Amino acid sequence: MTAHENGEIRPTALTARTTDALAAALAPVDDATLDGLRTLLAERAERDGLLDVAYRTVDGPLGTLLVAATPAGLVRVAFEVQDHAAVLADLAARVSPRVLAVPRRLDAVARQLDEYFAGTRRRFDLPLDLRLSHGFRRAVVEHLAEIAYGRTASYAQVAAAAGSPRAVRAVGTACALNPVPVVVPCHRVVRSDGTPGRYAGGAAAKAALLALEADGVAPGGDRGGRPA
Amino acid sequence: MHPPFEDVVRAHGATVLRVCRAVVGVHDAQDAWAETFLAALRAWPTLDEGANVEAWLVTIAHRKAIDVWRATRRRAVPVAELPERVDAGEGRDLDLWAAIARLPDRQRHAVALHHLGGLPYAEVADVLGGTPAAARRAAADGIATLRRTSLRWAGGGDEGRQDRERHGDGHDEGDER
Repeated sequence: MTAHENGEIRPTALTARTTDALAAALAPVDDATLDGLRTLLAERAERDGLLDVAYRTVDGPLGTLLVAATPAGLVRVAFEVQDHAAVLADLAARVSPRVLAVPRRLDAVARQLDEYFAGTRRRFDLPLDLRLSHGFRRAVVEHLAEIAYGRTASYAQVAAAAGSPRAVRAVGTACALNPVPVVVPCHRVVRSDGTPGRYAGGAAAKAALLALEADGVAPGGDRGGRPA
Repeated sequence: MHPPFEDVVRAHGATVLRVCRAVVGVHDAQDAWAETFLAALRAWPTLDEGANVEAWLVTIAHRKAIDVWRATRRRAVPVAELPERVDAGEGRDLDLWAAIARLPDRQRHAVALHHLGGLPYAEVADVLGGTPAAARRAAADGIATLRRTSLRWAGGGDEGRQDRERHGDGHDEGDER
């Protein structure tokens, strides 16, 4: 690219006009054509094992969620307040820059989230890739799945379950950094006084999830099982 | 730190498609486009941080389009030299794409790389061989033919005349040193 350093990247006015006129005469490439091409690229990337991170967005009552998967499983769920562009840049840095929007690869995730928000699903049945979570934080994230739908646990209880009863603050950090919120239910971890506490998606999102699950559990208690 | 590859596809997808269409025709351009971004996706994590991404993609696109062009010709069945199957929505540009398809190879490639792909003539020469001056001449000859043969450009006559007059006067476009 030495030519660029010599300033040759800037065409003269006349060349620029010719280039602009040609581009204008050839008309913009329409979005439908490019969408079709991106689908073709995704197919070939997957065939060749180059689709390291696939992502899509899912709209729901908590706004738009970003969901991302590696070939091993769901690797990231992010709320809008977490800035989706920043989350994708972080995935590029920490997992692989081979990141493509491939909605089809996350159809099952989107469907299960829809069912969960509609109150017809109580457990997610998805392969998870927890590579973004390490050490004690990972142990905490793995224990979170044991808190049943509609129930809550205190940070202290989770600390004890993870084998470090005094690491209450660390549990809080682990929950805040849970790479797959909603699907791994860090929203079910609350303060000892019963107030919801902080949440990566915002306090309102946490309250909404707890309310959703409280509605889904009949007054007589958890009837268990999950609709097909 | 490389950004997500999706950003690259969105930023440069249209430019790469125009280069592919110019080199291989509208119909086979899709295959060339997909192969271009597939090769780029493979190499993306190891691309130099300071590289000009669009120039890199345009160079790959040119190579992949030629591969597709050769493969298509090997499959024989010389149906037609010109792209005939074009989506209805793209029909309005058929005249200019067809005019580009009729250009001699070297002119077509020079127009694709410089005017559609944005490569400076020094880099066009690196890709096509020959000198930057020869690359510039090939592109200018190609553009002159397009102005003569494409109805779509007839309206922009003032600029076209000016361009030709300047060439006639021995001025060149001056972006090679």
